[in-house]
Amino acid sequence: MADIDTTSGRHLRGKYAIVGVGETAYTRGSGLTTRAMGTEAVRNAVLDAGLTMDDIDGMMSYSGNDSTMSPTIAGDLGIRLNFHMDVIGGGSSTEALIGMAMGVIEAGMCNTCVIFRSMNGFSEVRIGGTGRGGGGISAASLFNRGIGLSSAGQMFAHTFMRHMYDYGTTPEQVAMVKVVHSEHASNNPKAYYRQRVSVDDVLSSRMICKPLHLLDCCVETDNATAIIVTRIEQAYDCRHTPAVIQSVVGRCCKPRADTHYQSGPISTVAGYYAKDILWPNAGVGPEDIQVTGAYDAFTFTTLLQLEDYGFCRKGEGGDYVSNGITRLGGMRPNNTSGGHLCEGYTHGIALVIENVRQLRHDVDDSCPLGDDGKRVHTYDYREDGCRQVKDVELSANMGWGTPGYGSAVVMARG
Amino acid sequence: MVAVGEYLGMPVNFDGLDKENVTFFRHCGSGQLHLQCCDDCGLKRYPPTTACPFCASPAATWEPVEGLGTLYSYAEVHHAIQPAFKAFTPYLLLLVELDEQRNLPDEFDGLRLQGNLVTPTGDMASPVQVERVGIGMRLRVVYKDLGDGFALPQWMIDEDSAQPEVWRYPE
Repeated sequence: MADIDTTSGRHLRGKYAIVGVGETAYTRGSGLTTRAMGTEAVRNAVLDAGLTMDDIDGMMSYSGNDSTMSPTIAGDLGIRLNFHMDVIGGGSSTEALIGMAMGVIEAGMCNTCVIFRSMNGFSEVRIGGTGRGGGGISAASLFNRGIGLSSAGQMFAHTFMRHMYDYGTTPEQVAMVKVVHSEHASNNPKAYYRQRVSVDDVLSSRMICKPLHLLDCCVETDNATAIIVTRIEQAYDCRHTPAVIQSVVGRCCKPRADTHYQSGPISTVAGYYAKDILWPNAGVGPEDIQVTGAYDAFTFTTLLQLEDYGFCRKGEGGDYVSNGITRLGGMRPNNTSGGHLCEGYTHGIALVIENVRQLRHDVDDSCPLGDDGKRVHTYDYREDGCRQVKDVELSANMGWGTPGYGSAVVMARG
Repeated sequence: MVAVGEYLGMPVNFDGLDKENVTFFRHCGSGQLHLQCCDDCGLKRYPPTTACPFCASPAATWEPVEGLGTLYSYAEVHHAIQPAFKAFTPYLLLLVELDEQRNLPDEFDGLRLQGNLVTPTGDMASPVQVERVGIGMRLRVVYKDLGDGFALPQWMIDEDSAQPEVWRYPE
């Protein structure tokens, strides 16, 4: 990309980093409250960073009214906050909140900020909508619930179907997103689904909402996840190699984002607009990125974003996700944890956690531990093997809210 | 003012405070699709809004539209989420582009209305009808009575129109 300025940092390029990551197990039936899980994930992130609770003075979270708020989690851990904010949202929240944490710290409102998402996405509020949608409806909801349109798959399907019509994208190509992510999950001991699947498995799974088969849809799980954002100067005092934030985009919209199907070609998604913020601010282009985290609420969401962020030409996403590029050992692996299709559903934050670990050169696969406690990676990507991408220096995450809005972050190895 | 209608066993509350949406369904109840048309830029819009998405003017007049269009995209629901729809699977979610105001204000823009495929009497369509539908199909609006003078606009195959060869999800 010739028009990208790499000579001088733009905005806060290189000034902030992710220094800690934490998770609970990815399960169905956690047997825990979102409060208990959130506490565990935040604590794990603080310990991972080599910090103490006293080092944390900012906290943010996102939810769909299905979680526990920051003051409660902070209180349970004895953290006194100088700043907190709990926002509404699912996918696309993580990257947006990373940018907001940077701004809040830059404004002097706090020094080190934890971002978490805690959800019983299977045992309490199911993300696919199962168990919801009974009862009365209003005039406004006649436009959606009045026609049996309430789940994410039902809301996004027009965009997916039109992409197949506009560009000849085939079900077999799309299914390869799940196939590749299942290969990655088979090398992730934490993943909820570790079984490798074939294109036939995807296409023969039951139809949910055409063009989506069951295996085109992400898993629903119970889990909490957390990351810690701080200034680069403090980042180098932490335990791990920092993941340095080069550029961030927060919930960037298509025209008429709430009714995106009214405007423009609906097979184009928000990444088309977000890319013009992401790449110039990062000082790199898609060709420089070595590992991606393209949100996989559905197989299609990965494909559409990789295409609109410029990893391939418009309309060629079907080829891009099915020709080996996105697989471990390929040119630019995507969602090396197995992502939301296989590892567990976290509304995006686990996809950022995975890339933080990639940039540390320390993903938690089955490779043996060395004397320094770090894994000695084999780069053998066969089942139950390694999932570390070799010599990775740059990653990009692309968070999906709807076809109408999305967020992104580029990170570099510190 | 709150009027209560009913659809597929679901009570529908028409709260008078939500003037724009209530007016839309009231027009449908009188058997004619109306959309807001901006008094300043003259463009129609869907769904109802509180200002013009093209010029931000709050002033609009409800104008009748013909209710004929072409299928722009669709989804076929096999696993219903809402209890009220479980009896009707597979049912179609349609995105119908009206003949009016196509490619305006910009290329690839249009008035794209959502709905289900229904019979001429407004009942959810049978699987045989569902299988005929694909992108490019000509459709016509149908009104399903909700009671109390309100109706839901839905879509039926326009049997009076020459049908092009339609595009369907490859099986």
